[in-house]
Amino acid sequence: MKRLKVALAGKPNSGKSSLFNQLTGLNQKTGNFPGVTVDKKTGICQLNGDTQAEIIDLPGIYSLYPRSLDEKIVAEIFSDRRNQHFPNKVILVADATNLQSSLLLLTQLIDLRIPTVLVLNMVDLAAKSGQSVDVIKFAQSLDLPVVLVNARSGQGIQSLKKTLAGTIPVSSQKIYPIDKEILPAVEDIKKHFSLESNYEAYQYLQQVDHLTFLSKEEKSYINETALQYGFFKGKYQGAETIIRYQYIQDLLSKVILKNADSEWKRFSYRIDKVLTHKIWGYLIFFTILFLIFQSIFAWAQAPMDFIDSTFANLSNLLNNTFPEGPFFDLITQGIIPGIGGILIFVPQIAILFAFIAVLEETGYMSRVVFLMDKIMRKFGMSGKSVVPLISGWACAIPAIMATRTIENWKDRLITIFVTPLMSCSARLPVYAILVALIIPDDKLFGFFNFQGIALMGLYLLGFLAAILSALAMKWLVKSKDRSYLIMEMPTYRMPNWSNVGVTIVSKTKTFVFEAGKVILAISIVLWVLASYGPTEQMNAAESVIDKQIENNQQEAADRENLIMAYRLEHSYAGIIGKALEPAIAPLGYDWKIGIALITSFAAREVFVGTIATIYSVGNTEDQTTIKSRLRAEINPETGGPRFTKATGLSLLVFYTFAMQCMSTLAIVKRETNGWKWPMMQLAYMTALAYFSALIVYQVFS
Amino acid sequence: MADLAKSVAQMIPGETAVIAGFTNEELSNKLLEMGLLPGSVVTYNFKAPLGDPICVTVSGYDLTLRLDEAAMISILN
Repeated sequence: MKRLKVALAGKPNSGKSSLFNQLTGLNQKTGNFPGVTVDKKTGICQLNGDTQAEIIDLPGIYSLYPRSLDEKIVAEIFSDRRNQHFPNKVILVADATNLQSSLLLLTQLIDLRIPTVLVLNMVDLAAKSGQSVDVIKFAQSLDLPVVLVNARSGQGIQSLKKTLAGTIPVSSQKIYPIDKEILPAVEDIKKHFSLESNYEAYQYLQQVDHLTFLSKEEKSYINETALQYGFFKGKYQGAETIIRYQYIQDLLSKVILKNADSEWKRFSYRIDKVLTHKIWGYLIFFTILFLIFQSIFAWAQAPMDFIDSTFANLSNLLNNTFPEGPFFDLITQGIIPGIGGILIFVPQIAILFAFIAVLEETGYMSRVVFLMDKIMRKFGMSGKSVVPLISGWACAIPAIMATRTIENWKDRLITIFVTPLMSCSARLPVYAILVALIIPDDKLFGFFNFQGIALMGLYLLGFLAAILSALAMKWLVKSKDRSYLIMEMPTYRMPNWSNVGVTIVSKTKTFVFEAGKVILAISIVLWVLASYGPTEQMNAAESVIDKQIENNQQEAADRENLIMAYRLEHSYAGIIGKALEPAIAPLGYDWKIGIALITSFAAREVFVGTIATIYSVGNTEDQTTIKSRLRAEINPETGGPRFTKATGLSLLVFYTFAMQCMSTLAIVKRETNGWKWPMMQLAYMTALAYFSALIVYQVFS
Repeated sequence: MADLAKSVAQMIPGETAVIAGFTNEELSNKLLEMGLLPGSVVTYNFKAPLGDPICVTVSGYDLTLRLDEAAMISILN
């Protein structure tokens, strides 16, 4: 069996992902390029009886001169024949309705002397637009195979596979003649590094700072050579692009038999009249947002409950079948609930990504960027920050993953930094119980429920904190790169449902494996902290409680729950909680709440479970029981209730702002390539939470 | 005589012009790569509700630009 390495390249919106899905089906995996956080999608495609292709889907780019992180990877792979991803063959995907800008990268690949197949994708749309192309002449002029494909329907895929399995010679075309004055420098580099083409050497000279595969010595050799021959980076780049486009325009004037008429876009323009309208545009956008929210909360509830109860039952079942012992406790009480805690988010993440994929597939997402860009810029972000911020209301993890499309580092960093302030769904259980506890279930004007208003206020509070923090960062973070928005506005079209499906599966998989590792590890650590403590006191739990029952201080019926509460109190988590008390007392919290703050550090929703255990409620399913138990809790210092309005509000504000989510920190570390930003985020959000809660408590008590 | 000072940012919806060149070195290559070539025809389609960014058509496809970027593209008219 022969195994070929094939790279898929092309500009964004050329239908590259559809083609990738057609070629590989679900036989694909997502990973990372070494050292950077750019998604690497690879898949296997059986070309014929004895040839397989390992296909790698590269990020969409217009040319080899990179601007964003994604783009740098592509330049790196194509200019380095030693790279493990350097392809044997390239499929250059061109949008047949927009050939000119699709072919720029192709002319560069030809000059790099890499064997390439040109795929003209979306031939159905091109035909509809009235365009007709002489494919034979196209292939002859470029001296490479040209295949017509409709990646959505699968038309042309077989012939593409056949072409890939055959031999693809390097095109004999030389498109960009390297300027005479720099030829000596180029030839020197070509000889020194024994490169295949002049253009490769020229890329070394142009992009020496971007190419990470070059060693320090190699870079200094290149820089010295450039200096010696008077090669100035950037000087020839504009001229190169113009020469390439001249070639493309000449070529297209020969092979395009009939140009597209602009009629076919008329429908798209008509939709734009409404969707980017002053009033309707925003109204429709906010309606869509509202629908996404409704569905996330409404549709995800049933599967979430199912996952919750399945894991609880599994845990119970195993608890009853396994013999007693610390190892089995770890499985039933540490690992299984830990995995449950990861999977519980899957329904929400899948639904959110389904919507995002549909909006992207139809072309509406570019309009959202278009509508919101000006507003977002005022707060140091870009139109492309809207989707991540909104996704933050469901879960910060996929939201932060969605910031990759933002080219400007500063815009992207600010978006990543403030997204966790958006109230994610894990805060909802905490909000729900505390709001129900301190806000009366009355109606304002007999119509608006006070509890509902309070809940909305908390979401608004998080949102305000996010945009105001962004505004502050806009002034604090310095950046030398200028922010810009030069983006293609695709024509509206129906979504391709199989692409949507593939997106859901691959994003969910990334979440489960990337965030899952951390959540699981931390929940095991926290479980150990909460279940173990100094042996003497842990062992004494039963006798102490039995004694209290004997003395009629406690009800015998509560024995089990009381023992659990006693154990938690004397566990390591309890000890830390008590040590924390002086620090959190000004916020209106006691050591019991301190324990809940610690155990919910990995994930906020754990708060409810811990509170239930520490107040020995036992059954955490029943919210009313927890509520009435919390209401009855007495503050020994005041003699009044522990959960006063001030304490409750203080806790609500704390949970709105605090970074109580290890998986978010892990994702931020991955996306920003280091611990610096996640640590600053943790410090900032904790400080914001602490001082806001302090102020709230002091004002209301 | 062509008014050299005029840029894409000053066009009005529906207007068509020919690109003359760029006034900013840094972004000119990105603009070139996106097909905004000197000598090619640019049509101003519409602007976002808040006036910025704008949508233009060049060599058969639609692009979004901020006014800052549009102001760097000088046109002949």
